[in-house]
Amino acid sequence: MAKLPKPEELSKIDLTPPKTDWMDTPVVFKEGMFCHGSKPKSLEIVDFPNPREWRPADADWKLPENWKEILLEGIADRLKKYRSFRLFMDICVRCGACADKCHFFIGTGDPKNMPVLRAELIRSVYRKEFTTAGRIFGKMAGARELTVDVLKEWWYYFYQCTECRRCSVFCPYGIDQAEITMIGRELLNLLGLNIEWIAGPVSNCYMKGNHLGLEPHTIIGNLEYMLDDIETVTGKRIKPTFNRKGAEILFVTPSGDLFADPGTYTAMGYLMLFEELGLDYTWSTYASEGGNFGFFTSNEMAKRLNSKIYAEAKRLGVKWILGGECGHMWRVLSQYMDTWNGPADFLEVPKSPITGTVFENAKSMKMVHVAEFTADLIKNNKLKLDPKRNDHLKVTWHDSCNVARGMGMLEEPRYVLKNVVNNFYEMPEDTIREKTFCCGSGTGLNASEDMDLRMKGGYPRANAVKFVAEHHGVNMLANVCAIDRATLKALMEYWVPSVGVCGLHELVANAMIMTGEKERTTDLRGEPLPSVQAKEEKA
Amino acid sequence: MKALVSLIAVLLLALIAYAGASVPGMRLLFGVVIPYAAFIIFVVGMVVRILKWASSPVPFRIPTTTGQQKSLPWIKHSIIESPSNGLGVIARMALEVLFFRSLFRNLKTQVGDGKQVTYGEAKWLWAAGLAFHWSFLFILVRHMRFFIEQVPAAIIMIEGLDSFLQIGAPLFYMTDAVILASVTYLFIRRIGIPQVKYISLIADYFPLFLILGIAVSGVWMRYFTKTDIVSVKILAMGLISFNPSVPETIGVMFFVHLFLLSVLFVYFPLSKLVHMAGVFMSPTRNLANNSRMKRHVNPWNYPVHVHTYEQYENDFREKMKGAGLPVEKE
Repeated sequence: MAKLPKPEELSKIDLTPPKTDWMDTPVVFKEGMFCHGSKPKSLEIVDFPNPREWRPADADWKLPENWKEILLEGIADRLKKYRSFRLFMDICVRCGACADKCHFFIGTGDPKNMPVLRAELIRSVYRKEFTTAGRIFGKMAGARELTVDVLKEWWYYFYQCTECRRCSVFCPYGIDQAEITMIGRELLNLLGLNIEWIAGPVSNCYMKGNHLGLEPHTIIGNLEYMLDDIETVTGKRIKPTFNRKGAEILFVTPSGDLFADPGTYTAMGYLMLFEELGLDYTWSTYASEGGNFGFFTSNEMAKRLNSKIYAEAKRLGVKWILGGECGHMWRVLSQYMDTWNGPADFLEVPKSPITGTVFENAKSMKMVHVAEFTADLIKNNKLKLDPKRNDHLKVTWHDSCNVARGMGMLEEPRYVLKNVVNNFYEMPEDTIREKTFCCGSGTGLNASEDMDLRMKGGYPRANAVKFVAEHHGVNMLANVCAIDRATLKALMEYWVPSVGVCGLHELVANAMIMTGEKERTTDLRGEPLPSVQAKEEKA
Repeated sequence: MKALVSLIAVLLLALIAYAGASVPGMRLLFGVVIPYAAFIIFVVGMVVRILKWASSPVPFRIPTTTGQQKSLPWIKHSIIESPSNGLGVIARMALEVLFFRSLFRNLKTQVGDGKQVTYGEAKWLWAAGLAFHWSFLFILVRHMRFFIEQVPAAIIMIEGLDSFLQIGAPLFYMTDAVILASVTYLFIRRIGIPQVKYISLIADYFPLFLILGIAVSGVWMRYFTKTDIVSVKILAMGLISFNPSVPETIGVMFFVHLFLLSVLFVYFPLSKLVHMAGVFMSPTRNLANNSRMKRHVNPWNYPVHVHTYEQYENDFREKMKGAGLPVEKE
């Protein structure tokens, strides 16, 4: 792996396009900008085509002989299935409004990272094979032949898009590059052209219930460590239940939060909150993944993984489902789950047992985001909060792409945040809410071999954080996304080392006064609370 | 280069019409046959295109939410940016189609000194786009006077609005200036901004020049050569009543105008100009953000292979029992 350049070098970005026309500029695979190819075993487990050893940097990708036929049939099939795809192939006027909205373009200056050009990569082939004008006028009409080089270009650039939908906000026709990338990746998967960082978690999730491949006893073991830490901080021993039939609520969260910090602190936050509420809930080891890397593979694979959530809710006989903090998980849940695997008529409309609030907005799909749930608790004064415990933190809020642009959950987490911290500063308005920037590592690009890409793609986000760090002394970047928690940490270490990363419920748990807790001296990370620090300084 | 090819193509087309219409026997072709054919191709082409789009279903409810969802009653819901019902969608679409809402958000991203990324105002594209489309519509409506014997009050009112400056004879229409200026701006921006130039195809320059050609020839006739509009109306009325005749008194420039328009009609359904109809069908804009409240049905949803709980328990039964987890089968 090439060494990652220093931030000063990486931030020198030239947005000037090359001299040669994009169709005449061949794709060059740059070290650090792409992930390892999928391993045969990961594809075999889920019965995906063309499992084999291959390396993206190799000339020979060991494609099936009729690869072109497979792809063209794949395109034809998807044109019939998705109005979005057919429409987005036809109506772009190349006005360029999307061009400088993509974090990958801003961070790399590579013109093929302009959403419009990323779409043209596939649109050019569509014109050649599926339109009259393209067949007759060829290159004059912006059409080109599908060749192995074109295929490689697709692979390189469809795995340099995190499906964040920021371009779609600015497009006058709502053309959504996320949709085109999703279909592009589906097509690539017909030839076994996935990346291992996606294919591995997908096969893990299929067999073991979660991306990390945590087996049932390991999940419990990991949680035990957290329970020990909670006991150290609060003096309270919590005993959560697993796979328990008859619980009122099934709780599903991304497995990333069970594995590494700072996600683990968020998971500790859930455990403490639910304990304090006396919530009748259960974890599941079978449906132990809220996220869905299948979504970065194909529609069908996403549905196969997602099916476990409703199936487990049904088996356990719960009334409704509560979901943890995650980004793409919530795009899948809000816009796809009910359509794929519903109707969930065996569940009841979610109703908070604590406040009695009925979540009418989830009355069909029956799943509530924990930020919605907690906002309702706080609004109804059901939590005793001492935000001063978070006074050592100056917090800013990162809207996760999918939650912002694929769900519209903007205010709930802010309301919670404002009640649990005293120091909250927004980043510049063009970088938050519906215009928020991706962490640069979403859609399964959070591997270690593509660090250049990740640091470049995350540059606009980091730059906005740097702004509030410099102007307001912000030292904590809070969010509701497990991928963010894993990836923003690396991004901050690289670009803005003074800023840490945390989940919303870590801050909630820090501020929440639990019944019968001992006097807390540290936060969940074991760092002394501001009040303790002040006392020590006096002494 | 691509711009030049497009310009030459449009000039050639104009020349064909100019030369053709100068030959007496060809006036019927340029005045009647081609316009009829172009109109039919336009209508059939657009219908086919729309039916093609409509024949592909919308399997998932995928609005791009640009505002707060409807959730807890005390949280202010953004009715237009994240509509929860049909009315909100209508409002969102109306803003999009009539006022180019999304384009209004446009920003200019600058990476500048490598220290601070900044986002500046960038409303020119929006303004020029809006000016162009609205003036085009006004001009189109004004032209309806040629096809209706008794010109309706609405059209006279639009003409009055358009010429309220009361300059010159014949009265100067503001939209004529606006369309020329906005199309020129759209062209200059296309070659002036490096990224936009890089993504531009012949298919982007050609319609600009074509529309510019139509506008210039129209302006030429109205303000300079003063075409005999009475004979033009006779031709137009003939066309619409399927009893066409081509008066001898119509100048050649008119045929250039009409021919370029005919080319636009033919070109329309084959090109990116179909965005006119497509914008209404975009699933990221025309769907309510209510997929959690109301189940969206995918017509091609099909059963898939899943790894069931039973299979999972078979794989891990001993480990589960060891960890104290309940199992279905001992």
